[in-house]
Amino acid sequence: MAEAEQVKVLRFWASPWSFRVELALKLKGVPHEKVEEDLANKSPLLLASNPIHKKIPVLLHNGKAIPESLIILEYIDETWTDNPILPKAPHERGMARFWSRFIDDKCVGACWMSCWTEGETQQMFMEQARACLRILDDELGGRRFFGGESIGLVDISASFFALWLGVLQEVAGISLINGDEFPNLCRWIEGFVASDVVTECLPPRDKLLAVFQSKKQAILATKSMVY
Amino acid sequence: MAAVKLIGSPISPFVLRTMIALSLKKVEYELLPEKLGEKSELLLKSNPVYKKIPVLIHHDRPICESAVIVEYIDQVWPESGYGAILPADAYHRALHRFWTFYVDDKLFPSLVAIGKAETEEAKAEAVEQFRAGLRLLEEAFVKLSEGKAFFGGDHVGFLDVMLGCFVVWIEAMEEVLSLELLEEATMPALHGWVVSFRAHEAVKEVMPESGKVVEFFKMIRAMRMKAAADAAN
Repeated sequence: MAEAEQVKVLRFWASPWSFRVELALKLKGVPHEKVEEDLANKSPLLLASNPIHKKIPVLLHNGKAIPESLIILEYIDETWTDNPILPKAPHERGMARFWSRFIDDKCVGACWMSCWTEGETQQMFMEQARACLRILDDELGGRRFFGGESIGLVDISASFFALWLGVLQEVAGISLINGDEFPNLCRWIEGFVASDVVTECLPPRDKLLAVFQSKKQAILATKSMVY
Repeated sequence: MAAVKLIGSPISPFVLRTMIALSLKKVEYELLPEKLGEKSELLLKSNPVYKKIPVLIHHDRPICESAVIVEYIDQVWPESGYGAILPADAYHRALHRFWTFYVDDKLFPSLVAIGKAETEEAKAEAVEQFRAGLRLLEEAFVKLSEGKAFFGGDHVGFLDVMLGCFVVWIEAMEEVLSLELLEEATMPALHGWVVSFRAHEAVKEVMPESGKVVEFFKMIRAMRMKAAADAAN
């Protein structure tokens, strides 16, 4: 690896997406600088680094800008090869990518919309969210982590469920993730948040709760995930 | 019993992606088309989460989602045929993956919106959105190709496959809707890329005939219009 490497993460403390990136870097022991963004007033660096989407997280590595959390995770795994987060074998590697995309394309959106809609629409989203959580619960089965004995790509991708979902459902006054319906996932959450590396990186729950409470009206109006 | 099977047919651009990748690698496989409007037992068993094509089945193990499948093909057969599809270095891999996300999340939906537009206004808006996306890809092409024929440089790379699968559909829609989507004047590099891509032996092997795609597009448009008319009565 190069000496005097420059690794920066353009991030937002409450974002589950930038959390993914920081957790991966921490798991691999990569020293990095966290650059906090004010999402209402994005920095010139962010706008220059991700001109298409203008979103965090962005990883800056020796001047190269890599946006999109799942793409960053693959880049991190390929660049710093200690403690791999993706399986090596092609089928397992493909399945890890499949589940990460499933989380982003279907699960998170259904859970998010369940919190901020009402009536029949909310019922529909809650059914979708439960179906997704059931699929993940089945997929995890009795394993400690989605990655087996250690935290892997799918665990990192699923971190939204480990902290953010619990906070959101409290703010919204609904119940999605619970031990009766999703025993494997709930067991996974306990193990995940208790692990040293994760504890070091997670934002404080009470701060997260406070920020979502304060933004509740704004989110109800737009349903936007940028808060 | 074929070791490699692919569920789907090339009329689907997502299936075509995987066929281009297999063709580049010169891997033999059995193609298992689905009947329109019906989903086979094999598909439902192999892709219970999405129930969609394409599904690659290799030694009886299924892999779903076209981007995941193409990466799988590249990893399992790294040196076969025309060689590696994903770029060699991590940063370029990230760039190809980034633009693939863009194609799937933004560009493809705007292409679909053009086909589904019910008013001239809606169509014009969808067309402009699509062209704006293509203009971004034009810039990306100039940077990534470094003066060579493909996004992958002098060989067909990941983004070439992931975007190239839509070429025949873009052309079919241009013909049926009397539109210019891939404008030569504003997208000269992409125009050149289309020619190179279509001329590649591995692509020619699997690219569906333009006439077939035009007929298919006309058919689904007619079905949609009939369904809308029936619903209105």
